[in-house]
Amino acid sequence: MRHRFPDNPRRPDRAAVVIGLLLASVGGLLLWEAHRLPQQGGYGGVGPADVPRMIGWGLMALAVWTVVEAMRGGFEPRPRQQVPAVLWIVGGLAAQLLLLPVAGFSIASGLLFACTARGFGERRLWIALPAGLIFALLVYGLFDGILSLNLPSGPPERLIYGG
Amino acid sequence: MGTFDFLLQGLAVALDPMILLYALVGVTLGTAVGVLPGIGPALTVALLLPVTYGLDPAGSLIMFAGIYYGGMYGGSTTSILLNTPGESASIVTALEGNKMARAGRGGPALATAAIGSFVAGLLATIALALIAPTVVKLALVFGPREYFALMVLAFVTVSAAFGDSTLRGLTSLFIGLALAVVGIDQLTGQARLSFGVPQLLDGIEVTTLAVALFAVGEALFVAGRGMHRDDEAIAVKGSLWMTARDWGRSWKSWLRGTVIGFPIGAMPAGGADIASFLSYATEKRFTRHPEEFGHGAIEGVAGPEAANNASAAGTLVPLLTLGLPTTATAAIMLAGFQQFGLQPGPLLFATNPQLVWGLIASLLIANVMLLVLNLPLIGLWVRLLTIPRPWLYAGILLFATLGTIGVNPSPVELGMLLGFGVLGYLMRLFGYPIAPVVVGLILGPMAEQQLRRALAIAQGDVTTLIASPIAATLLGLAAAALIVPILMRRYGRGDILVKIAADED
Repeated sequence: MRHRFPDNPRRPDRAAVVIGLLLASVGGLLLWEAHRLPQQGGYGGVGPADVPRMIGWGLMALAVWTVVEAMRGGFEPRPRQQVPAVLWIVGGLAAQLLLLPVAGFSIASGLLFACTARGFGERRLWIALPAGLIFALLVYGLFDGILSLNLPSGPPERLIYGG
Repeated sequence: MGTFDFLLQGLAVALDPMILLYALVGVTLGTAVGVLPGIGPALTVALLLPVTYGLDPAGSLIMFAGIYYGGMYGGSTTSILLNTPGESASIVTALEGNKMARAGRGGPALATAAIGSFVAGLLATIALALIAPTVVKLALVFGPREYFALMVLAFVTVSAAFGDSTLRGLTSLFIGLALAVVGIDQLTGQARLSFGVPQLLDGIEVTTLAVALFAVGEALFVAGRGMHRDDEAIAVKGSLWMTARDWGRSWKSWLRGTVIGFPIGAMPAGGADIASFLSYATEKRFTRHPEEFGHGAIEGVAGPEAANNASAAGTLVPLLTLGLPTTATAAIMLAGFQQFGLQPGPLLFATNPQLVWGLIASLLIANVMLLVLNLPLIGLWVRLLTIPRPWLYAGILLFATLGTIGVNPSPVELGMLLGFGVLGYLMRLFGYPIAPVVVGLILGPMAEQQLRRALAIAQGDVTTLIASPIAATLLGLAAAALIVPILMRRYGRGDILVKIAADED
């Protein structure tokens, strides 16, 4: 994940070339979808496929422009990244996504809370985890109970707030 | 009935105790998020949208507008005391305001920012009330092609006119437009880009995208950048009160800021950041104390703070009268209207005048509330700056996922939140602006509808798009807003565009 710094600004910027290729693939996807869609033009001869086709070509043009710019070194160097910090937060979000249907809102979100705090440099997980769990339980009580938002419940919620 | 009668009726709505409470909650939350680094008004409104689903529409919209105004007030506090702007429109304020605070004049700096915001907010809201009925009359002659041209102009100004790169602005816009295609086509019912996933048939939720890009993306970016231990809030020393000399130097700057800010907000020309930068440049030119600029000139705080509040009010002109959002916050407020089944535009003034005028009138009241909240209670807001970053961002992310879970606890929706969050992180890393994605997602389907209607009316004749003078002028302006900045950058005048880059809110 760590990006190399181009010391020579004239050197092609590989990450930016990758961005160009990604843009081209999204553009290609839109063009393919536009091709697949039935053309029901109606009066004006414009149907549901036309605007996706325009956006697809637009993305293709931007992809070419991006690659040209990348070859000329037109992209700024990126600031150095703390990859572990980013991974902690992404991991926390993924864990919440997976745990939510099984363990309920508070456990899943408490874990997200602790992982995010860890990503921001809070190393004392034995404090962050319980703090997150208690905070999530309070939030659950406020939003599920008072503001009638429907949050998935798990064992701790059933224990404290009942069925 | 004249504007004045409507406004009086609106005041009657706005003085209802429940509505007052909504307004108070809005301005308090708005000030808090303006003060806190890392969250702006756009994100806050996006977070609150799902929560207000079951609440009163008028009250909720008044709360959102209060958040918008409050964010503009609160941002100045952070800029002055911390040198880290709480929201993007206050970057300029940090230039002079923080210098004043370091010189022990933090009190007058906060005071001129708050009073200037009040003066500008009041005048600009009155201007909004006066100008809105005229724009509504104009909008009635707008057909599909004029609307389409107006939206193209908004697309260009939001994405390509300012900032450091036309390429990156346009790329952001097209990512938003591509995401807007996902779901069922509004005119024919054809499913597009949904790949048989039922959750995608409804399209991509504006709130999910906005929360992911603003909250998750920003958190990842700040965490990835690593810790900085150098930000320390400067304590407010000495008197909060401005001296007679401060008043004398401030009032003209407030008025100039208002005159600059309101039109910039009202035209599809970008957000409050641009207004505050232009105001700063103007103050620098008009000042009698040029030697103080860069060392804490009070005009450099008074003008830009007035300008960013005036432009927040100005943004409401196209939003309410045409249904056209020109900033990310306005785009999400538009999603808020739609959530309640309301479509802002000329029709709303006819079908629901109580709501529109109640909203405008409560902005006047919100302004008074904000002055009270911000001057005597400043110490309370400064405390917010002492929340340790790990807990602050952990809480922000918990609330960010809460909204999505509350509306739709499906793994697909949460997966989108994570995916777009990573997208937001990478876009920040490579210097792509965020606001055009959100504006593209919400305006894309509207522009498509108008385009197809216009072409259907003309039986497929593309020249219809430039056949009316209004549409042709608007498209011409859009072309100019696209080409002139490219030429300016090529001939080495691009740095001024970088300075007035429109950022998040």
